Amino acid sequence: MTVLVGFVPNPLGESALTAAVAEARRRSERLLVVNMSRDDVLVDARRAGEEQLDRVRRDLEELDLEFEVRQIAEGGDAAEVLLDVAGREGVSVIVIGLRHRTPVGKLLLGSAAQRILLDADCPVLAVKAA
Amino acid sequence: MDNITSLIGGFGDVLSPMNLLIALLGVTVGTAVGVLPGIGPAMTVALLLPITYGLAPVEGLILFAGIFYGGMYGGSTTSILLNTPGESASVVTAIEGNKMAKAGRAAQALATSAIGSFIAGTIGTLGIVFLMPQVAKFAISLGAPEYLAIILLTFTGVTAVLGASRVRGLASLLVGLTIGVVGIDFVTGQQRLTGGLPQLADGIDVVVVAVGIFAVGEALWVAAHLRRKAGEVIPVGRPWMGRSDWSRSWKPWLRGTLLGFPFGAMPAGGAEIPTLLSYTAEKKLSKHPEEFGHGAIEGVAGPEAANNASAAGTLVPMLALGLPTNATAAIMLAALQGWGIEPGPLLLTKEPALVWALIASLFIGNTMLLLLNLPLAPAWAKLLQIPRPYLYAGILFFASMGAYAVNSQPFDLWLLLALGLLGFAMRRFGLPVLPLIVGVILGPLVERKGRQSLQLTGGDISGLVGGPVAWVCYVLIVVALAWPLISLLRSRRGGGGSDDGPGPDGAGPDALVNARAGYSYNSSEA
Repeated sequence: MTVLVGFVPNPLGESALTAAVAEARRRSERLLVVNMSRDDVLVDARRAGEEQLDRVRRDLEELDLEFEVRQIAEGGDAAEVLLDVAGREGVSVIVIGLRHRTPVGKLLLGSAAQRILLDADCPVLAVKAA
Repeated sequence: MDNITSLIGGFGDVLSPMNLLIALLGVTVGTAVGVLPGIGPAMTVALLLPITYGLAPVEGLILFAGIFYGGMYGGSTTSILLNTPGESASVVTAIEGNKMAKAGRAAQALATSAIGSFIAGTIGTLGIVFLMPQVAKFAISLGAPEYLAIILLTFTGVTAVLGASRVRGLASLLVGLTIGVVGIDFVTGQQRLTGGLPQLADGIDVVVVAVGIFAVGEALWVAAHLRRKAGEVIPVGRPWMGRSDWSRSWKPWLRGTLLGFPFGAMPAGGAEIPTLLSYTAEKKLSKHPEEFGHGAIEGVAGPEAANNASAAGTLVPMLALGLPTNATAAIMLAALQGWGIEPGPLLLTKEPALVWALIASLFIGNTMLLLLNLPLAPAWAKLLQIPRPYLYAGILFFASMGAYAVNSQPFDLWLLLALGLLGFAMRRFGLPVLPLIVGVILGPLVERKGRQSLQLTGGDISGLVGGPVAWVCYVLIVVALAWPLISLLRSRRGGGGSDDGPGPDGAGPDALVNARAGYSYNSSEA
C-alpha cells in the first residue's frame, strides 16, 4: 500500500509533505509525492520546478524511505488527477494541504480539497499550513 | 512653433476627468491584453470597435491609443517572464529578458523595459508632434497617382518587407483585397462578388472582418492547441535598477529610440525590424559582449525602447496619410471611417482638435503606463494564471455580440464564423494576418485612387506614373520585391554575403516567423 501526498511548492505543500512522511513511517508504507499542474493555463503557481522536486527527492532519500516523486502536467483539475492516481495505485491514505478559502471564492472556483474529501474512497488526512 | 501651441491646446481638451478616465481604462486594458500571449491590442481594438461607435471620436481614439501603447508595455512582461512574446514586437526582448529572469534578475529586466519604453514613447510622441504636420502638409500637395504609388509602397512593405515569406504575405494581401471589393462598384453601380446575397451588397463590414480574423480565428487556433504544459511562476518582486543597470541602460534606450521611430514612421515600417536591429547594434557596441545570450541588460533596454518608439512612429503615416503599417493602426482607421471622418492628408486640417487631443493623450497615457507597470508588474504577471477556456469564452462572446451589433442581422454571425475559419486556416498555414487587414481597409481606397488617376488621363496607363514621388515609390517597390534576386546575385559574386532579408541574427528570423504566423504558440506548426 501507498501514502499519496499532493505537493505544491509553498509552505502548505511543505506541511503536507511533513505530515505524509510521518504517516508513511507510522504505517511503514511507500510514499508517493505527486505535483500536479494544469495544462490550460500559461503559468501555474502549483507547478514545482525541477530544483524543488530534486530537493524533495534529496530530503526523502536522507530519511531512508521508499518513495516516488511524480510530476503530472496534463488535465485541468487537481482533485480529479489525485483521485485518479489514488484509484490506480491502491492508496491507503491521501494527504493534502488545506488552505482557507472564503465562501464566495469556494462558490466561484470550487475547492479541490473539498472534492477530494468527499469523493475519495480511502481516508484523507488534511493538513493546515504550519 | 505652431505645433507646440496646438499641442498645448490638445492637452487642454484631454485634461477632463472623463477623458483621463478613458485613457486610464485604455492603458489598463492594453497592458492586460499585451501580457496575454495571442490576445493583442489589434484584437482588443477590433472587439471594442462596435462599442466605441457610441462614444465621441476623441474618447474612442484616446481609448484605442491607450490600448495600443499599453500592449507594447504588457508584451515585454510576458516575453521576460515566460519566453513567450505577448505580441510580435517583443520577440527580441525575450532573447535576453528571459535569460535575465532565469538568473533571478527579472526585476531589473522589467524595470529597464518599462523605463526604456517610457523614454522612447515620450521622445517618439514628440517626434509625432514635429514630423506629422510636415508630412501632412506635403501629402496634401500629392495627386491621385502619387497617392496611389504610396499606398502600393505600403502594400509592398507589409507583404514583402515585414513578413517572413513574400509569397505568403502576397497571398494574404490578395485575400484582403478580395474581401475589400465585395459590394457595389462605386463607379458603375454593379454588384461584385456578392453571390446574389442582398446582405453583401453594402460590402463586408470591417468590424466583422477584423473580429472574425483576429478574435474568432485566434480562439479556434487556441482551441486546437489547448493542451500545453504550464510554466513555473518566476518570482518577480518590485522592479528596480541598481546604479550599474542605469549606466548600462540609458545609451541603449536612446539608440533604440533613434532606430525605432524612423522605421515606424515609414509607410513600410513596423516594429520587428528595428527591435532586431537594435539588438544586433547593442551586441556589437556592448562592453560586455560575453553576457549576450546569458541575460545582458542592454539586449532588453535597446529593443524595448525601439518597439515603443516605432509604435509612436506608426502614428505618423496613420494620421498624416491615412496609411496603417500595423494591425492596430489599421483598425483605428476603420474606427475613424465608422465615425464618418475620412482619414488621409486632410485629417489634420479638418479635425485639428481631434488629432492634437489624441497626441496629448499619448503623453498622458505613456506616463500612466510607467506608473502602472513599475510597481504593479507582479500583479500583471498573475494574469497568466487565468485558465484559457475562461478567457476565450469571453472573447468569443464579445466577438459575436460585436459582429451582431453592427447591422443587427444574423447573417453577420455566419459571416463571422466563416471569417474565423479563414483566420484559423491562415494561422495553420503560416499566412500573416496584417496584409489581409491592410488590404481590406486600403483596398477600396487604392481602387478609388487608381481609377481617379486613369480617369484623369482618359484611361491612358501612363497616368499611373505621374510625378517624382511616384517614381521613387515604384523604384523602392521594385527593389523590395527583387531583393532576394539582388542578394542572390551579390552573394554569388562576393561569395559570402549571407544577409538575405531583414533578419541578420540567428535567433531572430525564426522567432519572427512564429510571431508573424498569428503569434502561434508552438514553433513546429509554422
